Amino acid sequence: MANVIATKKEPLLRIAKRDSMPFWQSLVIRIISIVLALVVCGVVIYLLIKVNPLEVYKSMVEGAFGSFKEDYKFFNRRTWITIRDTMMLLCIAVGLAPAFKMRFWNIGAEGQILMGGVATAACMIYLKNLPPVLLFVCMFLASVLAGAIWSFLPALFKAKWNTNETLFTLMMNYVAIQLTSFFVALWENPIGSNTVGIINPTGHEGWFPPVFGLDYMMNVIVVMTITVGMFIYLKYSKQGYEIAVVGDSENTARYAGINVKKVIIRTMLISGAICGLSGFVAVSGASHTISTSTAGGRGFTAIIVAWLAKFNTFTMILISLLLVFLDKGAIEIASKYDLNDYVSSMITGIILFFILGSEFFINYRMIFRRSHKEVQ
Amino acid sequence: MNVNTLLQLLQSSIAFGTIIMFGAVGEIITEKSGNLNLGIPGVMYMGAIASLIGVFFYEKNVENPIPIVCVIIAILCAFLAAALGGLLFSFLTITLRANQNVTGLTLTIFGSGVANFFGGMLNGFAGGVGQIRVETTSKAFMAKLPFLSDLGIVGKAIFSYGWLVYVAIAIAILAQWYMNKTRSGLNLRAVGENPATADAAGINVTVYRYLATCIGTGIAGLGGLYYVMDYTKGTWANDGTMENLGWLAVALVIFAIWRPKNAIWGAYLFGLLFWVYLYIPGLSRKTLELFNMLPYVVTIIVLIFTSLRKKRENQPPNGLGLAYFREDR
Repeated sequence: MANVIATKKEPLLRIAKRDSMPFWQSLVIRIISIVLALVVCGVVIYLLIKVNPLEVYKSMVEGAFGSFKEDYKFFNRRTWITIRDTMMLLCIAVGLAPAFKMRFWNIGAEGQILMGGVATAACMIYLKNLPPVLLFVCMFLASVLAGAIWSFLPALFKAKWNTNETLFTLMMNYVAIQLTSFFVALWENPIGSNTVGIINPTGHEGWFPPVFGLDYMMNVIVVMTITVGMFIYLKYSKQGYEIAVVGDSENTARYAGINVKKVIIRTMLISGAICGLSGFVAVSGASHTISTSTAGGRGFTAIIVAWLAKFNTFTMILISLLLVFLDKGAIEIASKYDLNDYVSSMITGIILFFILGSEFFINYRMIFRRSHKEVQ
Repeated sequence: MNVNTLLQLLQSSIAFGTIIMFGAVGEIITEKSGNLNLGIPGVMYMGAIASLIGVFFYEKNVENPIPIVCVIIAILCAFLAAALGGLLFSFLTITLRANQNVTGLTLTIFGSGVANFFGGMLNGFAGGVGQIRVETTSKAFMAKLPFLSDLGIVGKAIFSYGWLVYVAIAIAILAQWYMNKTRSGLNLRAVGENPATADAAGINVTVYRYLATCIGTGIAGLGGLYYVMDYTKGTWANDGTMENLGWLAVALVIFAIWRPKNAIWGAYLFGLLFWVYLYIPGLSRKTLELFNMLPYVVTIIVLIFTSLRKKRENQPPNGLGLAYFREDR
């Protein structure tokens, strides 16, 4: 008998859940993972184009924030475009935050953005003779409503019949994409171009007005308001607390007397509305046109942003900025070293894999087998 | 509409269906183990580009490429590259317990990036878009059965395809048999339904999940192979078609209610819904776009109905999307 016990070895490596980790420690792990990812990307880039990776990273910074020349202005055009795209990604991620906190997998942001964008464009085209303030109110309401409708269906079926929301929202994206193609064909301008073109190019009806003379300041104001609002909503409001409870355990929520169905539908309406609103920002504040690439995969990228930020809307700012920076930087090196733009998806993918993997070391700890002393 | 147009419609539906059938059957095997891999479009991309690159350099460097070697290289490259994507997914979600949805989406971003990046480079290498020549391989994949395909309309309708079409059906039937008739298939389903119970019964959850995911993605990679070698006849375009096909494959998994045998006719039905607009007279471009919505709408309806009817054998695997950690309760 003693023999059996003696031969049964403890495994070399054991994994246990961590209770908590000091903030600085988790920060260090995340930074290490990003540095490692940059090293791997550097090696890949070196193998492809045989250029010093440091040189490449310098071009990436220039791609995102403009080149370092003597007359360098900190807020130059490139920086503003980086800020604009960061705000866009941030807005979607903030919209997804309440749904994910509730453990409702809203993969349908892409579709919700597009529907919001289509609604905005419709107002810009058909209601351009309204007074500006009224026009903006219409655009705002239409986009919010369109996004909310698109998220309402999956939420209703999830709440009533427990229909799988990941797959439902995913399918809704493609319905939205086709619907957008339909409207693009409807509003085609000039005819035969298969694009809508810039809407209201002369009168700028329904365009975000410049604030302090800055084109994209309005985007920043709108998105930052939502970001702060969402932070407060999730952290300090009763509804935010209900979302957290439902996310942790639906049964607990039910015992505590929370109407789970109502919370699911309400939260998804909010989530869809904000995603629709980001469609509004994308059309009215950035591209001034509508196409199936208005969302451009951001609905999917934002899922990753929201998840990595652990639903903290301020952390999302940093992660959005990192991803947009990578994207802009990679496009810059692509044009500089004669590669194609897809290098950006590749680099983004590698870095995200590393960040995702690093979460493990934050949530779990590994226990190595220790040499046991024989007790006789 | 005469017999010939009907025949054309059937043929294009079956060709289209085959691509997504590979993806869907692979994903069914993966999902049955409890892993929801949203990286299917990514691994299909990876399979496609790997096979194209492998064959391109073989045909370029060898005087008289041998068809059978081309075929072996293409299949190996496609399967291995896609399975490698699956391995990455498994390592992150099973060993490192990262979230499956997020990891899958990242794999899609990564896979499409890798494929389009190297596809673009390969186009440049070959001297422009549409200049890639892998004739021997493409011909070998499009080889038809010699006598049967000449047998009039029936022969054309059933036997006029490249042989990967029949491989897809065979794999689907094999997967169906494996999951329902073998002990190890039963174990696989147990892992997907309730990993804790399976673990207690002595089934190695980790091994099953790793293998199911890697083999599943490998099969999905063959869909990419069929797409480049037969469907587009050995060319590469960075147009994002494959990503849409990949998501359609994910949709087909739901439509088939997680049964490979349903994926066979489901795939052809999706192909029919996708191409039927060509044969309806008087469709404007606007209505055409609405028409292309059909496969997704049908999938949503199926999803709703399966959840409404609550038949236990029609539900998604119970443990789908959840990481398993033995010490969790």
